[in-house]
Amino acid sequence: MELVLFVIFGAVAVASAIMVIVSRNAVVSALFLILTFFCLAGLYVLLNAQFIAALQIIVYAGAIMVLFVFVVMLLRTGKEARRGYRLIFQKSIGMIFVVLFLLLLGSITLMVAVTGMRGPYTAEAVRNIGNTQAFASVLFTDYLYPFEIISVLLLVGIIGAVVLAKKKR
Amino acid sequence: MSPFWIDLIIILIKVIVVIGALLGGVVVMVVVERRGAGFIQERLGPNRVGPWGWLQPIADGIKLFFKEEFVPAQAHKLLYLAAPAFFMFIAFVTFAVIPFGDKIELFGRTIQLQIADVNIGILYIFAFASLGIYGIVIGGWASNNKFSLMGGVRSAAQMISYEVALGLSIIGVLMIGQSLRLNDIIGVQTQYWSYLPRWNIFIQPLGFLIFLIAAIAEVNRIPFDLCEAEQELVVGYQVEYGSMKFAMYYLGEYANLITFSALIVVLFFGGWHIPWIEGLTIHPLLLALLQVGAFVVKVFAFLWFFVWVRWTFPRFRYDQLMRFGWLVLLPLAIFNILATGVVMVLIP
Repeated sequence: MELVLFVIFGAVAVASAIMVIVSRNAVVSALFLILTFFCLAGLYVLLNAQFIAALQIIVYAGAIMVLFVFVVMLLRTGKEARRGYRLIFQKSIGMIFVVLFLLLLGSITLMVAVTGMRGPYTAEAVRNIGNTQAFASVLFTDYLYPFEIISVLLLVGIIGAVVLAKKKR
Repeated sequence: MSPFWIDLIIILIKVIVVIGALLGGVVVMVVVERRGAGFIQERLGPNRVGPWGWLQPIADGIKLFFKEEFVPAQAHKLLYLAAPAFFMFIAFVTFAVIPFGDKIELFGRTIQLQIADVNIGILYIFAFASLGIYGIVIGGWASNNKFSLMGGVRSAAQMISYEVALGLSIIGVLMIGQSLRLNDIIGVQTQYWSYLPRWNIFIQPLGFLIFLIAAIAEVNRIPFDLCEAEQELVVGYQVEYGSMKFAMYYLGEYANLITFSALIVVLFFGGWHIPWIEGLTIHPLLLALLQVGAFVVKVFAFLWFFVWVRWTFPRFRYDQLMRFGWLVLLPLAIFNILATGVVMVLIP
């Protein structure tokens, strides 16, 4: 049962992620990205991480992507979008990142999957503590410093948005 | 039969009952809304079909079924057709975690009167409620109509703004309940302070008020129905929709309304709890039935409240709506969290 669900969610996630890049219409791309996020949330649920799954949907699919769709809808997705720019600079940088990503993926697979090393938070352990409690206790003890740093980062983003919005007047 | 199949059948029965109840509730609400509007505005309302007009929704349904299917020119056909279906689907799925009764013992089995007892229940509802916007936004965009697009864009901006206040207003309740599971939240409310039931409305009046206002905005009703706004946008995202596609939006809207009423009852009014009934000796099955009845009565009280509000208030202007959400509701919600925290530390 879990394996079947994993295959379904995984396959749909990968397929829709490919469709995000392939699709010609920007709104359709955005919708496929939402589908990808939704499938990722499904995978989190299979790992007993319901809390992360709900956050994935609320924050990414429900809030950030609404803003994406919002902006894309107001753009004229007509001829200028299909003109096909020559993005040689971007493409060459992209290739470097693809190589780096594959190296990272390979090293992770070799290190974790082969040795079978596991942290204390396996799916079973999380189920016993309760997902939200396990998440919160780690976030507010071991990872408090990065958590606070990220909140400052978000604050900087908000201030930046306010400054940009004020300038136009 | 093996336990797996029995469990499956029980779940299927629960799903069918809940969907049936939701559809029935929508039908009742259509009559209550129209007759209620007539009552509030001192006119008759639809009273010709059936006794007191109670068969009006059936007549409406038949009419919508036989209307011509129509797709506007230049519309994105697939998304245009999928948007109302998606909207309705999300509206019905959201109800799955709402407990409508206590657990009952039947043939030696404990049955939870709830489709899915998820331990992040409240977040599940927020997750799916936030996905519901896409039905409106995409419908508005795919119709290829300026009014539709404006309606969709407005609703996207409005829902994001009010979802923040909606989410923050219940943090106080979660702090008191110490859980995200809806059954635990009701469990806390079934206790008493001497004789007063510990319903959250008595401890979290501010949170309740914010939640109520944000919920009206979230289900897009007057005074917050800026995405429909007949006078400026005709009916916004629904302009190009007719026949059953229009009916799907309608069904979804009322299903959302019922879900949010049920959520208010669960979070602030003790869910299925009937106060002071523990002292009486009643057969457990009868008690369970009474509790389901109490839940339905409470939900309908709030549904009537929503109808009352809709036909009493005028619509906000768009800038007023945004300012109210960000500058009034959001700070109040944060203050509510702070106050709850301080009180919980001082009075353990």
